[in-house]
Amino acid sequence: MKTKELSQLKTRPVMATVILTAGVGLLIISAFVGIAVGAADIDLATVWDALLHYNKALTTHQIIWELRIPRVLADMMVGAAFAVAGAVMQGMTRNPLADSGLLGLNAGSAFMISVCFAFLPGLSYNYLILFSFLGAALGCFMVFGVSSLVRGGLSPTRLVLAGAAVASLLTALSEGIAIYFKLSQDLAFWFAGGVAGVTWTQVAVVWPWLIGSLLAAVLMSKSVTILSLGDDIAVGLGQNTTRAKLILMLIVLILAGLAVSVVGPVGFIGLIVPHLVRYMVGVDYRWIIPCSAIVGALLTLYADIGARMVNPPYETPISVIFALIGVPFFLYVARKERRSL
Amino acid sequence: MMGTTTERKVMRRRIYISIILALLLVSIFIFSVNAGYSKIPFVDVVKTLFGQGSAQDTLIISQFRLPRIVIAVMVGAGLAVSGAILQAVSQNSLADPGILGINNGAGLAVMLYISYFPSTLDVPVMFMPLIGFTGAILTAFIVYGLSYSRKEGLLPNRLVLTGVAVSAAVAALMTLLTIRLDPENYQVVAEWIAGNIWASSWQYVFALLPWLVVLGTVAAFKVKTLDILGFGDQVATGLGVKTEKEKVILLVVAVALAAACVSVSGGIAFIGLIGPHIARRLVGSGHRWVLPISALIGALLLLVADTIGRLIVQPSEIFAGIVVAVIGAPYFLYLLAKAK
Repeated sequence: MKTKELSQLKTRPVMATVILTAGVGLLIISAFVGIAVGAADIDLATVWDALLHYNKALTTHQIIWELRIPRVLADMMVGAAFAVAGAVMQGMTRNPLADSGLLGLNAGSAFMISVCFAFLPGLSYNYLILFSFLGAALGCFMVFGVSSLVRGGLSPTRLVLAGAAVASLLTALSEGIAIYFKLSQDLAFWFAGGVAGVTWTQVAVVWPWLIGSLLAAVLMSKSVTILSLGDDIAVGLGQNTTRAKLILMLIVLILAGLAVSVVGPVGFIGLIVPHLVRYMVGVDYRWIIPCSAIVGALLTLYADIGARMVNPPYETPISVIFALIGVPFFLYVARKERRSL
Repeated sequence: MMGTTTERKVMRRRIYISIILALLLVSIFIFSVNAGYSKIPFVDVVKTLFGQGSAQDTLIISQFRLPRIVIAVMVGAGLAVSGAILQAVSQNSLADPGILGINNGAGLAVMLYISYFPSTLDVPVMFMPLIGFTGAILTAFIVYGLSYSRKEGLLPNRLVLTGVAVSAAVAALMTLLTIRLDPENYQVVAEWIAGNIWASSWQYVFALLPWLVVLGTVAAFKVKTLDILGFGDQVATGLGVKTEKEKVILLVVAVALAAACVSVSGGIAFIGLIGPHIARRLVGSGHRWVLPISALIGALLLLVADTIGRLIVQPSEIFAGIVVAVIGAPYFLYLLAKAK
């Protein structure tokens, strides 16, 4: 048992450093590609030109500044947020299937946002994010509330089922609101996970919160590692588990709430990324969390580039792309981790 | 079998319960005919039902309300029986056509159909259950295949997990479709997904009826097999039941039931889960009783949900599917917390 636990605690700091440094470089390059690709293809030289000498008179420059750049920034922010939220949840709940989509957080956010659309039209974006956060908290509270009623908590499988039930309830309510108030297809597109309409306003409001909560997640990453060893060991190592869990949960809710308010309830990013990262860098969350942020940003950026290229001029919602990649991945994880489910 | 007094008591209890449920169903049926945007007094409702009503009452009742109520009763019963069979076959009390992705599979097929033949008027409604069944059976076999292991047969836990996952993938494809629709068709499809019993015309009743009759009969003949499967595969095999073959037959019956219902009513979850659970609590676990009582309870649940949905925000409506989710999700969570 001892040796098994020790051997499980493999970390690969070198690999992690490579991911962090190369990842940032790759992100910058990919961002340029992301700005260039779309319904109107723009060559990289023009992108560079638009960045350095913005000329309002040129349509391409306008497209780049008003549409493409905020969109690419949103991709990266959302990807990092969902991925880190997933990594923290998987670590602290020791549940390999944890993801803000699967556990009802995204559906909660979406529900609150549809409530805002219906009852408080013209709400400023700041407040929308606040409601989105409250919604994530609602979904989370429902799922983990049920879990806390059970001695020893729900098994990963049952937690996923609870998440599915809560999500279907909240989604039914959102759909009801959308249909009743005849909120047009735009809301549907937003629900489907679109980054198409992201504005500078959204980016400006979201980024300080995002950077703040990502930093908080990195600062708390040691606690996640300790919690991932199990509560008994964590207490033995002098960790105040309740406090750590509360702070971490708050970080997860903020991250999920932010991300959903930008692109809608996109699932599976938070499931896939931490698994990939753990496979590459080992089990220490001090490496997993920052690497998840980078890999999540990259993956979402590519998914969005793909979404624009699959069948132009239509946009494919990124939630669809992630669900289609994520489902086989989910099944694979469920098979692999069968012993612990 | 019917020797001891306790057994006689149990038997009597079951009969009482059946009678009470049937009476409940009849009274809600009458209330539901009476309830709605245009009030029709109770006396007139009864008169109309016996063909003595005024022309206007007859129109409202026979063309709008009755078919809708009949559909709700049929769909509720069908989904509940489907759930009871699925729970027995998978030996997992959390199985239900909604959770296993069968509803979504049927939904996707029907949606494809609606989007490629926008004016549903010139395509026979009779095809709807068949289309739904095609999508559902494909989905069911994918889920079944993914949760089957050569060494251990069908794994109950993996079945639900796979169902949830496949369901999500199918839902993603549905999303893709909805976004491409023009607004008019979109509204139709959105309402269908949310479980609006929109198909309230006699056409749909007749499209659904043969499916329910045939499949219900098959299910009724299989009650013994369902009981035996409950003992586990080894015991069942020992008793001379070809477990794998029977499971596949029963799965097809359950899938076909759910698909036919869903293709008429849209996405209605949880009925297939709750119906059998309540039935087992009332009459024990023998399927000879569980199936009919499940059907009664499912019919009751959906009729109540649809009636509530019609009354709560007049003159508009809330769809039955949404009402069912609001009632059903908490119950499901309660079951999750309670089950070992």
